[in-house]
Amino acid sequence: MIDTLRMTAEQVNDVLTRGEASSDEIFDAYRAAIEARDGELNCFLRLHEGEGEGIPIALKDVIGTRGVETTAGSRILAGYVPVYDSTVAARCKARGLRLLGKTNTDEFAMGSSTENSAFGPSRNPWDPTRVPGGSGGGSAAAVAAGLAPWALGSDTGGSIKQPSALCGNVGLRPTYGTVSRYGIVAFASSLDQVGPVTKTVRDNAFLYSVIAGRDPADSTTVDVPPTELPEAEDLKGLRIGVPVEMRDAEGIEPGVADAVARAVVLCEELGAEVEECSLPRSVEYGLPCYYLIAPAEASSNLARYDGVRYGYRAAGDDLTEVYERTRNAGFGDEPKRRIMLGTYALSAGYYEAFYGKAQQVRTVIIREHAEVFERFDLIVSATSPSVAFEIGARADDPLAMYASDLLTIPSCIAGVPGLSIPCGLSEGLPVGFQLIGPQLSENTLFRAGHALERALGFDVVPERLR
Amino acid sequence: MSEWEPVVGLEIHVQLKTRTKMFCRCATGFGAEPNTQTCPVCLAHPGALPVANRTAVEWTIKLGLALGAQIAERAVFHRKNYFYPDNPKGYQISQYDEPLCVGGALAVPGDEPFEVGFVRAHLEEDAAKTVHVGGGTGRKVGAERSLIDFNRGGTPLVEIVTRPDIRSPDQAERFLQLLRQTIVELGISEARMEEGTLRVDANVSVRPAGSDELRTRWELKNMNSFRFIGRGIDAAVRRQIELYEGGGTVEQHTYDYEPDTNALTPHRTKEEADDYRYFPEPDLVPLAPRPEVVDRLRADLPDLPAARIARHAQGLGAADAWALVTTERDAAYAALVAQGVGEREAFSFAMNQPIPDGANFAELAKVVKAARDLTREALTAAVAASAEPGFTADTYLAQTAVSDTAELEPLVDAVLAANPGQVEAYKGGKEGLLGYFVGQVMKETGGKANPKVVNELLREKLTAL
Repeated sequence: MIDTLRMTAEQVNDVLTRGEASSDEIFDAYRAAIEARDGELNCFLRLHEGEGEGIPIALKDVIGTRGVETTAGSRILAGYVPVYDSTVAARCKARGLRLLGKTNTDEFAMGSSTENSAFGPSRNPWDPTRVPGGSGGGSAAAVAAGLAPWALGSDTGGSIKQPSALCGNVGLRPTYGTVSRYGIVAFASSLDQVGPVTKTVRDNAFLYSVIAGRDPADSTTVDVPPTELPEAEDLKGLRIGVPVEMRDAEGIEPGVADAVARAVVLCEELGAEVEECSLPRSVEYGLPCYYLIAPAEASSNLARYDGVRYGYRAAGDDLTEVYERTRNAGFGDEPKRRIMLGTYALSAGYYEAFYGKAQQVRTVIIREHAEVFERFDLIVSATSPSVAFEIGARADDPLAMYASDLLTIPSCIAGVPGLSIPCGLSEGLPVGFQLIGPQLSENTLFRAGHALERALGFDVVPERLR
Repeated sequence: MSEWEPVVGLEIHVQLKTRTKMFCRCATGFGAEPNTQTCPVCLAHPGALPVANRTAVEWTIKLGLALGAQIAERAVFHRKNYFYPDNPKGYQISQYDEPLCVGGALAVPGDEPFEVGFVRAHLEEDAAKTVHVGGGTGRKVGAERSLIDFNRGGTPLVEIVTRPDIRSPDQAERFLQLLRQTIVELGISEARMEEGTLRVDANVSVRPAGSDELRTRWELKNMNSFRFIGRGIDAAVRRQIELYEGGGTVEQHTYDYEPDTNALTPHRTKEEADDYRYFPEPDLVPLAPRPEVVDRLRADLPDLPAARIARHAQGLGAADAWALVTTERDAAYAALVAQGVGEREAFSFAMNQPIPDGANFAELAKVVKAARDLTREALTAAVAASAEPGFTADTYLAQTAVSDTAELEPLVDAVLAANPGQVEAYKGGKEGLLGYFVGQVMKETGGKANPKVVNELLREKLTAL
């Protein structure tokens, strides 16, 4: 009766409300699915008994959960059990959502494939030889494989949208400041945002409404307008821009470009006014800007992992040796790479040329987006230039890996929201379609995403599991 | 020494006495069990975020206004990155190029008044406290273990940086006394050096008198009283002059002042040069104090000590006015003067008697005016009762002291006769013994004699002997 592969969270809720199954029965069905398929996929770092009477949920392991080990995919946090709940975990609990477990992530959310996890890579349910994307590959693969009806991820430069695209899910990176970061293991504070990974846009809107809203514990949060569950099946009255630099960017696979082009045509058929637009500097400078700001903040955010108060500690003869050995053995290559990059970018004599310049570029990117949104309600593009790639294909080439986020990064830097929905297949693998709106335009994104989802009729269950 | 001029600037840290810490809601305060006033934020657990303490921000603005500073329309918290166990986040949240208070000056009144300008005052968080155990010295080197108490970590701290306007150790001490008095009266800090709620580092250099150059300076640390700060500056100034006059140069250094030996010893620092990699704290939004809040805080400023000293100096002279205000006796003094007590009389009464808050000064003034005729007990009792309901001077005015020489003379004679040794010593030049004789006579009369009359009588008799 509980088909975890097919059921949306909304349907699970209906089953619960009508009393057709108990919360325990539903929870057990997902646990059985995890039992059956997670050996292969490695989505979950650890499982939880899940208090509550509501819908099950999976949380990315950067989301702090009281009493449940939270490692952010890093050895340096192995054994760390938070004494407090993150605000989003507390809000989920308050709505009765039952924690199934914590999902795999690239270490400290640094990566685009989940291969940087200290606890082994996750695999894509559409093709287990391929990555599920990252950093939130565990959450995305779990939802795609029916191991959880929905999940939360976190996104710094594409870590919700890109894995959602590669796994055929709906993923929202909300407007910066709408969802509290309190209790989220920080990667880059001015960019990190938590958001939902779901099977449908309506599920996504609902979960967003659970977690969004001002939080006195996070000074960067704002008041959020009420979320509207989308109903409309057309795009009438919406002005949609197609940034040519994102459409024509180098490295977009032909199959991805085709699927996205068809989705753009569909937007017009559904009544939207579609026109080309331009974000030249955002696309050209977005990636370098991101790879200065994010590592700079990360180098500071990761300084607290020193072996003194919690987590992994290596023995040493004096303080410096404890620091060095702990951090050398505790961090994997990618955090080390970014700590070094970021430390360099902030150093005396280099600050102005690197971090300072990147902040100026950020202002340019924010303005460029604001100008485009004077003419358009939304802009659209591919979410990822490619479909899911083979495990190991980019592991030794950080720059190729960084390029996976070319299309998701500009809007992250601008602080505006983006929704990725599946728009078709290329080589038998899902292609993500990205909708980006101005700040606090989540309701518009949900409305457009929902109408497109209906019209596209994409089957979110991986073909090999049907 | 006359051809050299000291050039001194101070960096002052003031721990605010807010109820809670700078960026979390943990209680502040001295003396709790170690590591009991902590939470995920001040222990830097993963995901914890700072939230700025509104009271601490307002108090810093208050201090800035009292010191004549500009209050910034926009102030930014920065991260100052460095590794140390007392700094759990790996960075201290401080302010860098956009501090809350900019400029200002404190005019220090006196016979030789001077003014010390401020560069800035900013808000930051205190580090945790490290205790080094074993090894005997209490210092890090040689210790067996180091323990950390995070109770202090995250307590709000204001850092005040002065211009290099101080020209002598004495000026440094007087400036600090006045600044401390101002801070205490604003009600924002206990400002006690011995408890570490006030900490002062001094930047010291010298230059040929009359020149306006700024030469290489030494930084002096770990001085735990105003006196030692003065002595440390003095030692540094003397040493630098020696170096220059010996044809040498002064290299930039940090020293600890050792009061026991009056020596400057090199301060232990990390081997590497400091690069704190400051950048704007992304977890906090910039402070933008609203003009109406600043206006309210300005309107609420009390009558400040510097102004009061200047006022009282007109009648009393600068030194007494200074003593009166820095011991917080000036309110009582002013109240007595307002009731018609003479300035000198009011001054010595206010300085010598612990007048309680809420004293009835109209009645007390009557007692003060008659003081020379009253017994010591009567005065003490009157002061003690002066804040009680129904206090009237009449009760005490009746207790007049014995001023009748005819009554006192036999007692004086008896005391002198009973102490021939002391009388001999007095005649031999130990005039300080007069007080001893006065005391003996007072004892004989049960404190009821007028000490002034006794004094005169004794002098007369001793001269005649």
